[in-house]
Amino acid sequence: MGSPFDINGGACVAMVGKDCVAIACDLRLGMQALTVSNNFPKIFNYAPSTYLGLTGLATDVNTVSDLFRYKVNMYRLREERNIAPQTLANLVSSSLYEKRFGPFFISPVIAGINQTTGKPFICGFDSIGCIDLAKDFIVSGTASEQLFGTCEGLWEPDLSPEDLFETISQALLAAVDRDALSGWGAQVYIIEKDKVTQRLLKGRQD
Amino acid sequence: MPGFDFSNFNRNSALHARGVPLPKATSTGTTIVGCVYDNGVVIAADTRATSGPIVADKNCEKLHYIAPKIWCAGAGTAADTEFTTALISSNVELHSLSTGRDPRVITCMTMLKQHLFRYQGHIGAYLVVAGVDPTGVGLYTVHAHGSTDKLPYVTMGSGSLAAMSVFESTWQPDLDKQGAITLCAEAIKAGIFNDLGSGSNVDICVIENDKPTQLMRNYEKPNERGTKERNYRFPRGTTAWLNQKIISKEDMKKYVTIETLSGDDNLAEKMEVDS
Repeated sequence: MGSPFDINGGACVAMVGKDCVAIACDLRLGMQALTVSNNFPKIFNYAPSTYLGLTGLATDVNTVSDLFRYKVNMYRLREERNIAPQTLANLVSSSLYEKRFGPFFISPVIAGINQTTGKPFICGFDSIGCIDLAKDFIVSGTASEQLFGTCEGLWEPDLSPEDLFETISQALLAAVDRDALSGWGAQVYIIEKDKVTQRLLKGRQD
Repeated sequence: MPGFDFSNFNRNSALHARGVPLPKATSTGTTIVGCVYDNGVVIAADTRATSGPIVADKNCEKLHYIAPKIWCAGAGTAADTEFTTALISSNVELHSLSTGRDPRVITCMTMLKQHLFRYQGHIGAYLVVAGVDPTGVGLYTVHAHGSTDKLPYVTMGSGSLAAMSVFESTWQPDLDKQGAITLCAEAIKAGIFNDLGSGSNVDICVIENDKPTQLMRNYEKPNERGTKERNYRFPRGTTAWLNQKIISKEDMKKYVTIETLSGDDNLAEKMEVDS
């Protein structure tokens, strides 16, 4: 049997632009080579401008997204404010490390704008909660190697929201077309200070 | 110790017994070094984090804060070095509050080794602990299984052989501050260029008696990428999309209360919570 990370397939990528961030994922859910669904989004919303992408084993994607919905709701009740992306990053990190010796098979990605400072924020994690703080882009999933290539080539600093959409979309589409386990459409979120645009991309269905 | 949650352990070891490989964690296939000098100690690290053969982070931070005058360089499993040092840092702070004394390097090293020994090497943290305290200058290495060393110059991580070769050929007694900094930077560079697990920049931390600790992040950047001469920017409208949904501030108001606070703009800046 292959790695639990490669059973269901899927890819996710986040990028920083000028006063904006973008996060995108594919829509495939598979069991090894058999595609089960082409409508399985992997990006979850936890506050008006805080998004979490989860790739890896689909059962853990569901468990973990629900777990964080619970944890973030409890945070909001206690603190009477929305969770900042940096705070969510520390919450994800410590929650994953708690399961150091029995991890979830997921690679999370966070993208958002801190409403207090107005600054864009992205970060990624390994399955045991080590934070990868990047200034440019974060990739995860079965197409992560392809995504490293496309993002390293296409990303540039200070892209406007419109240009960032084109860059992240082309980076993701190019990468998932070279990964048999990812694809079947894609979803993109462009996050600005007080506006979020969600787009469904036209992707190959093979 | 907050304690680990083993709720997935049986599931994962059942999978492992059926031949499923263990997940690969981000490891800091690293070069870290430390060197004492007349009035203090210098520790240094490279800034590459790897996941198998993939460079996961090109500029990560491997120098961890324990106390104002005790710092730690970490190699091995990145999450383990991060959380072990954070845990010990917290316990060292509580200990110094309860004793009313400045924390000692040997106390910190003992807490680290006892914690790591208890986990029998399963917590993959390989550390260089350095600092100054009322008893003088301290420099130690701590291995994941709990063994420790006390030496005037130390190296750890996958680039430790490359770095040690620099120390063994050029180290001399009675180094001054700049001499120690330069020697550590050279040792890290030997790791960066000769060890595949190490790369990118040199981070340095100088801990000196009667002076504030200096963290010199990216002290040297020997691997800067050249700026792109041209770009691959796509014309707008390149990507075909089927539908879109715009969630504006007005829409959000239906579900949550959003108020932009007027008045002192600096008020929010001062809050450390979100930084």
